[in-house]
Amino acid sequence: MRPETRDSELVVLGHGGGGRLMQELIDDCLAVLGPANGLGQLNDAAYLELSGGERLAFTTDSFVVSPLLFPGGDVGRLAVCGTVNDLAAMGAQPLGLSLGLVVEEGLERETLAQITASIRGACEEAGAKIVTGDTKVVERGAADRLFINTSGVGLVPPGVELGGERAREGDVVLVNGPLADHALAILAAREELPLQGDFRSDCAPLNGLVAAMLAAGGGSVHTIRDLTRGGLAAALNEIARQSGAHLEIVEETVPLRPAAKAACDLLGYDPLTMANEGKLLALVAPERANDVLDAMQAHALGREAAAIGEVKGLGERRVTARTALGPTRIVDLPSGELLPRIC
Amino acid sequence: MCLAVPGRVERIEESVAVVDVGGATVRVRLDLCPDAVEGEWVLVHAGFALEKVDEEYAKETLALLAEMDSLKDALPEGAP
Amino acid sequence: MSPLPQASREAMERLVADCRALAARAAQRVGGRVHLMEVCGTHSHAIARAGIRALLGDDVRLVSGPGCPVCVTDAGQIDLCLQVAQRPNTILATFGDMVRVPGSEGSLADVRARGGRVKVVYSPMEVLTVAQQEPQCDVVMAGVGFETTAPTIACMVQEAARLGLRNVLLLSAHKLVPPALSALLAAEEVRLHGLICPGHVSVVIGSNAYRGLADEHGVPCVVAGFEPADILLTIRMLLQQVADGDARVENAYRRAVTPEGNRRAVEAMYSVFDVDEASWRGIGVIPGSGLALRDEWSAFDVMDRFGLVTPEVRDHPACHCGEVLRGARLPAECAAFGKACTPARPLGPCMVSSEGACAAEYRYRAA
Repeated sequence: MRPETRDSELVVLGHGGGGRLMQELIDDCLAVLGPANGLGQLNDAAYLELSGGERLAFTTDSFVVSPLLFPGGDVGRLAVCGTVNDLAAMGAQPLGLSLGLVVEEGLERETLAQITASIRGACEEAGAKIVTGDTKVVERGAADRLFINTSGVGLVPPGVELGGERAREGDVVLVNGPLADHALAILAAREELPLQGDFRSDCAPLNGLVAAMLAAGGGSVHTIRDLTRGGLAAALNEIARQSGAHLEIVEETVPLRPAAKAACDLLGYDPLTMANEGKLLALVAPERANDVLDAMQAHALGREAAAIGEVKGLGERRVTARTALGPTRIVDLPSGELLPRIC
Repeated sequence: MCLAVPGRVERIEESVAVVDVGGATVRVRLDLCPDAVEGEWVLVHAGFALEKVDEEYAKETLALLAEMDSLKDALPEGAP
Repeated sequence: MSPLPQASREAMERLVADCRALAARAAQRVGGRVHLMEVCGTHSHAIARAGIRALLGDDVRLVSGPGCPVCVTDAGQIDLCLQVAQRPNTILATFGDMVRVPGSEGSLADVRARGGRVKVVYSPMEVLTVAQQEPQCDVVMAGVGFETTAPTIACMVQEAARLGLRNVLLLSAHKLVPPALSALLAAEEVRLHGLICPGHVSVVIGSNAYRGLADEHGVPCVVAGFEPADILLTIRMLLQQVADGDARVENAYRRAVTPEGNRRAVEAMYSVFDVDEASWRGIGVIPGSGLALRDEWSAFDVMDRFGLVTPEVRDHPACHCGEVLRGARLPAECAAFGKACTPARPLGPCMVSSEGACAAEYRYRAA
């Protein structure tokens, strides 16, 4: 029996899944590229220090979601929000985004127009600007309709230091709302969800929310992480790896909409591993956690924000979950292919 | 594959029932459970209603469990 | 009002206390630990999730059983699925958790990476839609599942005939639970004092189906639901029987299970399928434990249409899935568990299937 391993000769879909296999693919790349500031840290964006002491945050992301259009958004909105949110996770407001399009011959002009309008709308919401771009057209079959890459540069306010490596014992884990919505919206759009309900992507720019959180918590906010592929489970495990921390969540406190719960129950999905596009987690020192939570709940994108766990200590890298009946289980980095081309 | 979830029949459209599984609905075939009616609970498996859920027996179990709350001060010997 | 028995913390503590007290008496009667088998994979999952094993204490040993349909699918049939998925103009339709089960040359996921067409379905009726959308392809349903699922597959076949679809085929790996339990009890590899009987299989076959087991083998059988309270109520009933020296069939899932079961589902099943012998991974061939298409439905049989022969396949030498499925070894007692064998790199199906005992144990392993 030859299971899917790093020894398989081909890249498999699981390598893009946001979980363990993807981690291995990235580790292989890093081994060749060598560690570098940013890449080595594995945060959502890299800090670049300028000679005057100011700092920029810089990030890049490619968007290969299928289908292009889905309830709650489209690849264009995703492309803007994804990059704005990666900058926001490092405390930066966007200065400028680049937009790179790879278009497959045969894509409807009207679809492209709709997506472009969506990009504009998302930029307006985020207060971001597309300042440079590139367009390539490839022959039929060489790309699946449209792939987008966005890179973003943002200015990091002085004194803001965020990163997965900055977790401290006692930090409270906060999320800004219910999970799994984006993944379920994509499944619904692919007609792979045998349920009918209000399944809409939560795709949204979170930089405004982050600004409010930092205003309320200042230096007590240690980490902010954009939750995308691999869901909450992936983000918590990455932080555990970066900080050498033990993080524990209380399962019952993780917000989930009833439709999402119904879908996960019916299909046997674990909501902790499902993709989001408008959700973040934050690690905040306990003395300011309530202030930050209040600020989140006062913001349109944080009405259902909740405290869901804490950093139990440093020294043992693991993520655990207390279940409703008491026993505590380990939450792994999700393995292999969860849902391909989710973002 | 043994996974089946309970849901309430919202409406019936010929041989298909629209079942509310708590926040979302599933369209299920009624071939195996043709006498399900609106308002009843059914078990949903692989896109089919597998059987009706008997509300009387369901209540019985709930009552049994509720009774245990009142007995909580009288734990039997050997209890931890 | 949801029919699910939500129990308060106090009620659960009371149930656990009752079970522990009864376990002590039962253990005295049997002269050692009481062995109860969680027949069904979904029960193993629910038990692991609720941490019931630890709550019950040392007088009870809960062992896993053969009730994971993907886990007990013969390795040769897994390879057949891979073969079918690699054929040109052929789509293999399957339930989700078959996709990552390792065959001899990788899994269906690997086949998909190499260009094979694998379609995950939630309901077998989706196969008919795919077949209508792709008339130039053969759509083969990997029929894996027990009596819960076989009636739904039977409906698929009947509807395919009604719609005149000539490109729908079935690879039947369906199995029946009571004959496997009978074989395990007769083999006496593990001394079992009670069976937690599968809830949803029983919805179809009825609680009377276990009478033979209770009578012939003197083993108490209780049909269980899937909430933690359901399972603890069941275990309490089993332990009471063991403590009293009884061997009866009881039904703790009466809200869904009747003594006779769902007659219509059983009729649908047997109008399309005949009982046949079947090869259970980890157990071997058990007579009268499988379902094969009846002659009048043979046009849907992929084995006939494609001229397939099930290959003989050896399991990975470090894989102990067989013992786990027979209740002879707990997942944590397998040397490969969590080391050479994990959900990311499974050696066998028990670690990959959503109903596999090893997958359940791993996912909910205590911190």
